[in-house]
Amino acid sequence: MTDQPESNPLESVDPSIIRGLTMPRISRRGFLGLAGAGMLGAIAAACGSSSSSSTGTTAGGSFSWATAKKAGVLDFANWPLYIDQNTVNGKTVYPTLQQFTKETGIKVNYQEVIQGNSSFFGKIEPQLKAGKPTGYDLMVITDGPILTQLMMYGWLTPLDHSYLPNFQKYGAPNVQNPSYDPGNKYSLAWQSGFTGIGYNPDLTGGEITSLASLFDPKFAGKVGMLAAVDTPNLVMIYQGIDPTKSGPSDWKKAGQLMQEQKSKGIVRKYYQQDYINALENGDIAISVAYSGDIYQANQSAKGSNLKFVVPTEGVFRWTDNMCIPAHSLHPVDAITYMNYVYNPRVAATMAEYIDYMTPVPSSKNYVIQDANASSGSNKASLLAMANSPLVYPTAADFTHAYYGPSLDPTAYQTWNSIFQPIFQA
Amino acid sequence: MTITAETPISGEVQPPKLHPAVRRRRIKQRFTIVGLLVPGGAWLALFFIAPIATLVILSLSTGNVGLGWHLTYTWSNFSQSITSYGPEFLHSFEFGTAATIVALLVSYPAAYWIAFYGGQRKTSYLLVILLPFYVSQLIRTISWQFILADQGIFLTPLKAIHLLPQNFHILATPWAVIGGLTYAQVPYMLLPIFAALERIDRSYVEAAKDLYASKWEAVRRVVLPLSTPGIFAGVLLVFISAVGDYVNEVILGGTGTGVIGNVINSQFFVNMNYPFAAALSLVLMVALLILVIIYSRALGTEDLMGGGTY
Repeated sequence: MTDQPESNPLESVDPSIIRGLTMPRISRRGFLGLAGAGMLGAIAAACGSSSSSSTGTTAGGSFSWATAKKAGVLDFANWPLYIDQNTVNGKTVYPTLQQFTKETGIKVNYQEVIQGNSSFFGKIEPQLKAGKPTGYDLMVITDGPILTQLMMYGWLTPLDHSYLPNFQKYGAPNVQNPSYDPGNKYSLAWQSGFTGIGYNPDLTGGEITSLASLFDPKFAGKVGMLAAVDTPNLVMIYQGIDPTKSGPSDWKKAGQLMQEQKSKGIVRKYYQQDYINALENGDIAISVAYSGDIYQANQSAKGSNLKFVVPTEGVFRWTDNMCIPAHSLHPVDAITYMNYVYNPRVAATMAEYIDYMTPVPSSKNYVIQDANASSGSNKASLLAMANSPLVYPTAADFTHAYYGPSLDPTAYQTWNSIFQPIFQA
Repeated sequence: MTITAETPISGEVQPPKLHPAVRRRRIKQRFTIVGLLVPGGAWLALFFIAPIATLVILSLSTGNVGLGWHLTYTWSNFSQSITSYGPEFLHSFEFGTAATIVALLVSYPAAYWIAFYGGQRKTSYLLVILLPFYVSQLIRTISWQFILADQGIFLTPLKAIHLLPQNFHILATPWAVIGGLTYAQVPYMLLPIFAALERIDRSYVEAAKDLYASKWEAVRRVVLPLSTPGIFAGVLLVFISAVGDYVNEVILGGTGTGVIGNVINSQFFVNMNYPFAAALSLVLMVALLILVIIYSRALGTEDLMGGGTY
């Protein structure tokens, strides 16, 4: 990287803001669930796939937005703790969903059923392949191999942007026309975040700023890496490769460096999700990390003193996307909702609860308005959030934030053949 | 044309005449036997034969999730299983064997003591041993991760008094994985051994002593051989599940401790390369089967069969 900014604006941020990057991708809960019920699902999926013949693309085959009608129901599959919620009389309610029902008459059946992109895909894949409804009209999928496959096989319903005026009007430039879905043909951003470095300052004995620290022999046996797509992408960023445009030769280069790092004994372990415990327990000093995890650890009863940093070389960026599975029974209701969440007032309420990187920059005004209407610590935290580059990033913050490459199944096999043996041996 | 008892009377051959009631009863009996076999047979067909057949077909297929899998009789998945993941197979069998041996060494004396000296409180002692296992294995393994942490409650004091070097760690080593496996498997070893020991007629031990056998000799030449069926069953139970286990490795292991169970899991869920995952599973199954056959031949199935007669 040649043109690095002198100081990184994201480094010295109040930790409360880091909540904006909470990443639920493989939650601890998800990991536990996977370990237990995983094999069963896989076998069920395998049985389903072997019996059905190739169906190719079926989405939209008989579907047309012109004839589709509002049904008054929306089946929405999302990740746990990924929307604004309140507890009223001991019951969990979702204010923005209630508002949506009030405005449109569409009843939302909200289900927190996604605990991993691959495992959720495994659940809906047999129906998609058989050309049957999955039971969901809207789902939130991270950019990456699963989303790419869903698009490739025609298992998503193409969006009719005439239903989405709010997206055109209020959607952030950084989520319009993303590399993984040109023209937002199938997907709209739900929330985004970064994967960088998490560290325990007591063990590193100082501030960490660069990805080079992950390869520093000084931390031999004390470095954690994630067994996830994020890690090779971050390694490529360290090597000066733009991961979005990377190909097999770049991956091999990254693989070589990772192999070297591993054989030198620098890596303690390739973690699934438990790297946070390892950082807290002092097993590792520094790790590839989702900033949201670090925030949650610091907020927990134990009161850890961990730090998250956006490395000077750049940061890996991901976006979770709303998309409509093929053969959805209520697509008009789904797309109506997609438009609804790009209303700045709605986006502000959601951002205040989940503190993610919101795709609606103008929601900031509403957050400030809400801050002024409240008082004390609430006001301070809302104001800090409104001014945080992690929730409301500027265009400059994205110059060194990179998406991963679009991996079709063949490329993904190549990718896995390079990185899985490193993660697993 | 073959003539059986059921063939209608034709020509000179006269089948023995059965009383209609006897005949009906015989038919009924035959149906009863078939009827009794149906549930078990259906169970086997549905939950054993069908999945295995699916696995075999899948392992020989090519394709991908989107376009489906097609049976192309591609054997490369099997050769790749060995060439790419040989070390993981080896780790699985190493850790499984070690855990089985340690579990046996730990369980046998404990089971012996409970069976012979437990007295009125036998059930209470067994309950005490089983009590931790009422908690999910995952939670218990994660607790070990917490207890054995580099700066955790166990290692920190030992490091503070310089009994151990600062960079000493247990987690992320093969020992942690073997320890976790052993811990998880002990009850499956202890219970069958206890059951076998419990069944031994105490008068045999008395007889051995009357014949001037020392206490140790009585154990070695009478109790131990009579408890072989328990050991046999315990070793099988523990070894097979320990070899396939990957949760312990994921939580307690590190670089260089990869096991095949986790590879299979990733091939299914991360890579979605179902044929390769199926091939890996089959290789593991066949390897286990061969080992179990060798083992049962070596230890003698007669002991197992004769288990119930004394």
